[in-house]
Amino acid sequence: MMTLDELKKIREKMQNEVNIRQEAGDRIRVLVGMATCGIASGARPVLRTLADGVQNKNLTDKIVVSQTGCIGLCQYEPIVEVIKPGEPKVTYVHMNPEKAEEVLTRHLIGGHVVRDYTLESSNLK
Amino acid sequence: MYRSTVLVCGGTGCTSSGSIQVMDNLKEEIKKHGLAEEVEVVQTGCHGLCALGPIVIVYPDATYYANVQPEDAAEIVAEHLLKGRPVERLIYREEEKKELKTLNDTAFYKKQMRIALRNCGVIDPEKIEEYIGRGGYQALGKVLTEMTPEEVIQTILDSGLRGRGGAGFPTGLKWRFCAVNKVDPEYKYVCCNADEGDPGAFMDRSVLEGDPHALLEAMAIAGYAIGSAHGFVYVRAEYPLAVKRLEIAIAQAEEYGLLGKNIFGTDFSFDIKLRLGAGAFVCGEETALMTSIEGKRGEPRPRPPFPANKGLFQRPTILNNVETYANVTQIILKGADWFKSIGTETSKGTKVFALGGKITNTGLVEVPMGTTLREIVEEIGGGVPNGKKFKAAQTGGPSGGCIPMSEIDVPIDYENLLAIGSMMGSGGMIIMDEDNCMVDIAKFFMEFCVDESCGKCTPCRIGTKRMLEILNKITDGKGTLEDIQKLEELGNYIKDNALCGLGQTAPNPVLSTLHYFRDEYIAHVTEKKCIAGVCKALLSYVIDPDKCKGCTLCARQCPAKAITGTVKQPHVIDQEKCIKCGACMDACKFKAIYKK
Repeated sequence: MMTLDELKKIREKMQNEVNIRQEAGDRIRVLVGMATCGIASGARPVLRTLADGVQNKNLTDKIVVSQTGCIGLCQYEPIVEVIKPGEPKVTYVHMNPEKAEEVLTRHLIGGHVVRDYTLESSNLK
Repeated sequence: MYRSTVLVCGGTGCTSSGSIQVMDNLKEEIKKHGLAEEVEVVQTGCHGLCALGPIVIVYPDATYYANVQPEDAAEIVAEHLLKGRPVERLIYREEEKKELKTLNDTAFYKKQMRIALRNCGVIDPEKIEEYIGRGGYQALGKVLTEMTPEEVIQTILDSGLRGRGGAGFPTGLKWRFCAVNKVDPEYKYVCCNADEGDPGAFMDRSVLEGDPHALLEAMAIAGYAIGSAHGFVYVRAEYPLAVKRLEIAIAQAEEYGLLGKNIFGTDFSFDIKLRLGAGAFVCGEETALMTSIEGKRGEPRPRPPFPANKGLFQRPTILNNVETYANVTQIILKGADWFKSIGTETSKGTKVFALGGKITNTGLVEVPMGTTLREIVEEIGGGVPNGKKFKAAQTGGPSGGCIPMSEIDVPIDYENLLAIGSMMGSGGMIIMDEDNCMVDIAKFFMEFCVDESCGKCTPCRIGTKRMLEILNKITDGKGTLEDIQKLEELGNYIKDNALCGLGQTAPNPVLSTLHYFRDEYIAHVTEKKCIAGVCKALLSYVIDPDKCKGCTLCARQCPAKAITGTVKQPHVIDQEKCIKCGACMDACKFKAIYKK
């Protein structure tokens, strides 16, 4: 026999999976560049870190992690873009899983842009 | 954990256009690229846009692929799922505007509001966990632990929910009539009418296939409200996929203890059984349906007594339609005021329509009550194809009528449809253009009713047959003005005297076309002419000698050898031999053959 608590637990676990299945709406969008250049420089573990992190922390109703194609700055891949509704886009470059974890905690959850990893900090010519 | 989900439509429409093979190929390609841990493939219920199946949707991007073929799977996986580049050539675009669209941006979805269909096309109907993830069984938990049965009934009553099977009886009232009969819950029943029989209607099937738990949960809530321990779903055996998914859903709900004894540790117990119907139309009528569940020949009986007092096995029973139940859980969770805020003065909430016939976007649409026919046809439905003109919409199937162009701006709700001579019915909506003959349409539905009349009462058994004979006479060009009058008289007589809903509504298609398209009937009778060029006896195929190049193609196509002529000379059709199949007209490359 199921109790209401057990039902709640199943719901919370499954919610993250089914929440993917809607349009971004007013959620924060996190885009990982997954073109050939991105994949070659290690975008896949970055994407996985972000996607899993968001689901593990039950944030799917606030953040949607998605992949995108090449944005033309191949030498800066892996690139992660963070788009919060109503705010300027933040572009992170030369990402790896550790940096991604940091961005998740400090920026996506904490609300502070991790300046050290952004495109502006990398002296784009 | 998955970072992306690929939804493949597993509704009956997409399945028959090959979606299962598409899904298998996608899974295989995903495995090949080592993405099986990252990308999930889910088979869902119907998305609504059946004309464009097989449909595949990729989330989180919400990319909407239409007409996906099995061989497209490799490209979708390699390009989109691996590299994040959507396969542009497969993305659904609305023709007039060429830009790419996401789901909610398309005219088809923009005006829709999905309550009954909220999970269709979103969850895997064979996984109860996904239903729970979308808030499933929360409403049942809420009523069992926080609400009295009377509060549940009052909520449904306050919401203004009315029967979606077509008649529009207030659902809460139905429940209350039954609840006041205080008998042992063992001898009270909750029934679901899933015997969807109107030609062209398939919304109930889509709910059963796409979101079966929504029905089970709502039936359990109804059971609690009226004090019943047993439910029956009467579903037609012609819906094998719906039956299969219902069986899976019931087994899963029982396993989780969401159906069965002492649900959520309360005193409430409820089980649900399936009963398969053999497809007789009359078994969609409530008394015939219950007679059929009892194991007898499905025939209606007079009311009263009403099922709320003496229904299944002569016990108090409620019977609601699938779509009605599909609204219940949301009303419980979001409240009566929320539901009441949608729709018109007398008709609350949404209605699902199965769009078919001469319309670009064939499929399922759910719109707030009060949406106009024009919005459904021209915006959501994408208009009448091939540059033809809209002539009428048939709603309510064999029980309904035709809505002509002059009434296209009437907001659709129960009362308005009745006022213009049609009815809501279960929600079939067949769009007709200038090539449809209204007498022929009326004849089609009358033929259906003659076939499906159970034969118990005379007005329906004999009356519909006589009406059909008159219609045949008219379309054969042998009708008289007196026949039209007789048709009307007989129709009204059957309406007043038949035993059950089938007979009482059977004349509607004839009466409504007589009302709005009387001139077409008269043209058939006096001028012996079918304006739309449908009734074979009243038309002839003729070759225009000025346009005919004498290519002989038509003569070779003619199965009756009715076309003669020599090469490079205009040909002639022998009207005596012509069987009016139209093969010559299809074959002619010079548009030299026309109907007269």
